[in-house]
Amino acid sequence: MLAYLVKRLFQAIAVMFVISVIGFAIQDNLGDPLRELVGQSVSEEVRQQLRDELGLNDSFAKQYLRFLGNALQGDLGTSYFFKEPALDVILKKLPATLELVLGATIIIVGLSVPLGVYTAIKPNSIISRIIMGLSIIGISIPVFLTAILMIFVFSVELGWLPSFGRGDVVHVWGYWDTNFATLDGWEHILLPSIALASIMLPLFVRLIRAEMMEVLESEYVKYAKAKGIHPGRIYFVHALKNTLLPVITVGGVQIGTMVAYTILTETVFQWPGMGFMFLEAINRVDTPLVVAYLIVVGFIFVVTNTIVDLIYGLVNPTVNLARMGA
Amino acid sequence: MSLLSVSDLTVKFAMRDQTVTALHDISFDLAKGERLGIVGESGAGKSITGFSLMNLLSKPGYIDSGKILFEGQDIAGMNDAQMRGIRGNKMAMIFQDPMVTLNPVLTIGQQMVETLQAHRKLSRDEAEQIAIVKLREVYIPSPEERLNQYPHELSGGMRQRIIIAMALLLNPQLIIADEPTTALDVTIQADIMELLLELCQSNKVGLILITHDLGVVSQMTERTLVMYAGRIVEAGRTREIINDPQHPYTQGLINALPQQTLPGHRLKQIPGNMPSLTSIPVGCPFSPRCSYAVDHCRTTRPEPISYGTVRVACHEVNRLHNDTPDQEKQA
Repeated sequence: MLAYLVKRLFQAIAVMFVISVIGFAIQDNLGDPLRELVGQSVSEEVRQQLRDELGLNDSFAKQYLRFLGNALQGDLGTSYFFKEPALDVILKKLPATLELVLGATIIIVGLSVPLGVYTAIKPNSIISRIIMGLSIIGISIPVFLTAILMIFVFSVELGWLPSFGRGDVVHVWGYWDTNFATLDGWEHILLPSIALASIMLPLFVRLIRAEMMEVLESEYVKYAKAKGIHPGRIYFVHALKNTLLPVITVGGVQIGTMVAYTILTETVFQWPGMGFMFLEAINRVDTPLVVAYLIVVGFIFVVTNTIVDLIYGLVNPTVNLARMGA
Repeated sequence: MSLLSVSDLTVKFAMRDQTVTALHDISFDLAKGERLGIVGESGAGKSITGFSLMNLLSKPGYIDSGKILFEGQDIAGMNDAQMRGIRGNKMAMIFQDPMVTLNPVLTIGQQMVETLQAHRKLSRDEAEQIAIVKLREVYIPSPEERLNQYPHELSGGMRQRIIIAMALLLNPQLIIADEPTTALDVTIQADIMELLLELCQSNKVGLILITHDLGVVSQMTERTLVMYAGRIVEAGRTREIINDPQHPYTQGLINALPQQTLPGHRLKQIPGNMPSLTSIPVGCPFSPRCSYAVDHCRTTRPEPISYGTVRVACHEVNRLHNDTPDQEKQA
């Protein structure tokens, strides 16, 4: 187990290294930091002098190592717009995004398993056909369109749910304010969560259905029937457990991807998370903030994938975590 | 009363554009504790016969007509709940490949306990105790530890022993074994067969052994059905069928055994292949491959007739028997 974790840690470091190189290359090539720092009126000589002082004329490698050294100490640069450390800006926005992702994940996990299992067991029923038809529509419509449609229906026409912002949040700890403590918070997070889940949920329903149908054809399911096991147990113990193995792997990657999808959802719902912040940062050519966002999202990816691999090892008895590091 | 009585069983498969018949009018009886072998090439309908007895045909297969009387009750007409009460309880099945038969994510213990609990009101501890006893009967070393192991931690031979133990868990009347050693190492095959025979005899369990190995049939069974293209072509006492086969197909199978050929000579195989279900010849289905076939065989389908103590479906069985050169018999 420990050996496996150490091995994963080295892999994570390698991935983070690559992300940091790419992130830094963007910072190095995207726009001119001086334009953001000084106005039009500064002369070219002064600009050169400033470049020297800021180290912008050093070689790429030298600049990168400086960036890396700072990054390892938690310094991902200072936001041009907020005049604050970029990492702090992101950490303030992070809880809102994570809560949104959590809301969407609850919807996805809660619905995809029953729907996927049902459509696999009764592939020809009318309800299954409706679910599969809807899932195609869900996959096909982009998140921002789903979001706008839902605002139109539930906020504008019906007036049931708020259309923007986080509403009443309750302070928990540090930068973390939660939506889940008040009814108003729940109402605010519902539509954005559904919008964010709208792409992944159909994908998971289809994935679970396809895997489940394959498992139901397997010899061990037929054998379980031959032993006189009740169908409920065959579906939910024999088949589902085997179905979930590949689903967990794909799911882990998708949760990471969902963090990226939050950019669209947060923008439409004016959700004060880091996706919304990222888009604003791009508009303002706030390069340090953009780079810091990339690195934080990369870090979230690496962490979720590692956790998913560990869960996979717990569910699948043929994976021996204790032996995998050796 | 016989334990199992199958009469005129016909199984069909509803394909997209046509319905094919996989089993034609299969009839046979099995007495309590009797051991029956079903032999034939791949595609003869042996496994389909086995699964029909369990009412476990996978779609698009279905029982079209005929009766399967098990302890006097017709299995072919039972609903799922009634059938579940019989499967694994009174009638158990041993599958072909032990590597894929056990569920990879459940422990041996879980899979044995669930079988017992599906049919008897037992606590987990009680069920585990029974499982341990049965595992001991199949000579599994340290059975208590096996219960907590997953299938992938065990060898193929060990897994098939466990599957045999599972088949015996509820003291069934009948075990259907579908080529139980085909997927195993040759050195283990004999052990598994010997174990199966020993357990069937000591527990007085009926056995239907589906195999293509005539050698195994001769050691394991009292009676034999020879199947070809979904029909029984010869049925009778195993000893007579092996020593004095009547149907040209049975003769071909026996001649094809390596023991029938001198070292250095080519094996005597039956020319041609089993016809596919969609293109079964009119007349005798074996006629295209049969060296004795005459015009009559290619136009009229032979019905099973009694010949001595066996039943055989061949027009030319009389001629064939008289024609068999005496010198060959003596040699």
